[in-house]
Amino acid sequence: MSQKYLTPAKTRRSLLGNLSDTNLLMSITIVVFVLMYLFAIIVLGSGFLKAQTFFNMLNANAALIILACGMTLVMITGGIDISVGGMAALVSMSSAVYLDMHSGSVVGAILISLGIGLAFGLVQGYLVAYLDIQPFIVTLAGMFFARGMTTIVNTNPFNVQNEAFVKLKETRITVPFLGSYNKRGEYIDAYIEIGVIVALVVVALLFVFLKWTKTGRNFYAVGGNRQSALMLGINVKRTTFLAYLMCGILGGIGGFVYFMHVGSGSATHASGAEMNAIASSIIGGTMLTGGVGNIVGTLFGVLSLALIQNIVSSIGLDQAWWTGITNASMLCIFLIVQSIIIARRKKANLSSSRPAEAKGVKK
Amino acid sequence: MSNKTKTEGNIITALFRNQIFIPIAALFILALFNFIVDRSFFKITIGPNSDGNPVLSGNIISIIDYGSELAILAIGMTLVTAASRGQDISVGAAMAIAGSVVLRVLCGTNSRPDELQAPIIVAFIVCCLVAMAFGAFNGLLVSVFKIQPMVATLILFTAGRSIAAWINNNELPVVNDKTFSIFGNYIPGIPIPTPFFIALACFIIIALIMKFTNLKLYIQSVGLNEQTSRLNGLNPAFIKFITYVFLGLCVAVAGFIKVSRFSTINYSVTAKDIEMDAILAVAIGGNSLGGGKFKISASILGAYVIQFLTTTLYKFDVNSEALSAYKAVVVIALVVLSAPIVREKIAAVFKKLRSPEKAELKS
Repeated sequence: MSQKYLTPAKTRRSLLGNLSDTNLLMSITIVVFVLMYLFAIIVLGSGFLKAQTFFNMLNANAALIILACGMTLVMITGGIDISVGGMAALVSMSSAVYLDMHSGSVVGAILISLGIGLAFGLVQGYLVAYLDIQPFIVTLAGMFFARGMTTIVNTNPFNVQNEAFVKLKETRITVPFLGSYNKRGEYIDAYIEIGVIVALVVVALLFVFLKWTKTGRNFYAVGGNRQSALMLGINVKRTTFLAYLMCGILGGIGGFVYFMHVGSGSATHASGAEMNAIASSIIGGTMLTGGVGNIVGTLFGVLSLALIQNIVSSIGLDQAWWTGITNASMLCIFLIVQSIIIARRKKANLSSSRPAEAKGVKK
Repeated sequence: MSNKTKTEGNIITALFRNQIFIPIAALFILALFNFIVDRSFFKITIGPNSDGNPVLSGNIISIIDYGSELAILAIGMTLVTAASRGQDISVGAAMAIAGSVVLRVLCGTNSRPDELQAPIIVAFIVCCLVAMAFGAFNGLLVSVFKIQPMVATLILFTAGRSIAAWINNNELPVVNDKTFSIFGNYIPGIPIPTPFFIALACFIIIALIMKFTNLKLYIQSVGLNEQTSRLNGLNPAFIKFITYVFLGLCVAVAGFIKVSRFSTINYSVTAKDIEMDAILAVAIGGNSLGGGKFKISASILGAYVIQFLTTTLYKFDVNSEALSAYKAVVVIALVVLSAPIVREKIAAVFKKLRSPEKAELKS
């Protein structure tokens, strides 16, 4: 046990410094993901060898990837946003009602989605950043508000019939060379949905944003230590506000992508999505305490969760409750690993700072 | 003359300062609102129920009846909030588990038994033990692994309802026993609902504990400053842990009442959204959500205020699913008003209003 954690500690000290925490957590995730995939291929057979199996995971989780990216941004600044699932439900219901009952256009629906996300981001960001209210309370209220609003907009679930939208929903992008042969020997193209493209673009943009822009680096600074960020001249309140704003807008986009995937409006849509988003971020190496996190890790976090669900259901444990239990236990394990790493880092910091202090006294 | 106004002002400020003022004021406003809109709200009638016993019925009675579980939860939630500076959001899911355990013990493997498979007291004790074990799990994550309470309890929040379904193999057992249904309905011959008496008993027990032990002092000191209380010889981790186990006990009692009410359970609906109400009860009771000082009687009053609000909303034909949206607005209004920054601003405005008077007096 102790040896297992000794090695990363050594590399951390020798290699990079503070940021390597996230690289360490992310590489654990990627390794776990690859190992699980290999396990699935070996034990569960060739179904997992098909590229389409992987693409289906992407198709089904494109919305979750976007939501989890927003969550990662907020978590890097040291906050949390649990309203994203409710937001997604509200966005899909509003868009569905707009498209079918008011015979609206797809562009209008997209604008509505963005508007809802923007509104949530603005209000929650203002309350958290400028009024200094606990983010969990604010976004918990946001979640309940969104869920309640969804039933106020329309109580009964229904499928959208709007032609333009159905056309958009049915659009498939074929991926060359990765198709597979079915039982009759016919070649079937591998495909992904539009939502996946959106998700990957979001991931790429946010990766660049966090890595190479000043505002992006401010996110880490604010999450790492608010006090020092303030002293360095960073506008802490505005940065926090921006994080919630971006999370809200991403919630709107994610909600619409979710809507494109399911094609219906319902009050129970995306239930538990907030939890999955948080779990993905944590599994991907984002620390709850803030200041540490990585968008690529989040992407792999989402894929790991999806893969586990795939494996669990193909082993034969397909009752609904297994999903909840496996997700929760995975989250639990990663949380505990994080807490151990934090504790070790604190210890390391203490032991490295003590000699320095002693020297200072001698002077 | 000036002296008199001063003492009057002092009485008023003292009244305002008293914690219990907030829930009483909220209760008063709600009652006044109902009194103006519809006076029949307060009508209480007596009539035979389905078993032929004379019972009281009316809105007020249903408030003290259905508010009982919430009041019991509010006791535990207040302690957890005070000690660990965070809230347990898994109480609803844990109540589903507790209820599921009760039915499992009472019904055995058969989901429609003709007679009980075990005495009710055994079912109650087992349910208490299980709920306390889950409370201990949350407490362990919070106190030993130092994970933020709301995130730590998120694990059980997701997995809880799945576990509840798993305990009973996803069946919905029904208990046909008159004695069992007493706890959630009426004792023959007494026209007041039993849950109210149970809540009263819980309150008396906790009041005695608070009076004759040092627990209250310890919890408050841990909530106010963990470091200082550790230096004074307390064990903060243990005290936090105890509060979570105690909340588990409260959850067991509340879950037991809930199951007894209907003699059956619905895993996805039972005690849904009750975590929000419990947190709200603590907040309306004027307790700081950031830990520290607390007043349990105020929280209990807060719980009944919430039930009052719920009943009032129901009376206006608000859909039960949409209820959460209205409550979320109330929560946001409350936390905004109680935010330190807003309070300071309001105080500054009051000072400005008063200062001309003071200037006059001085001259």
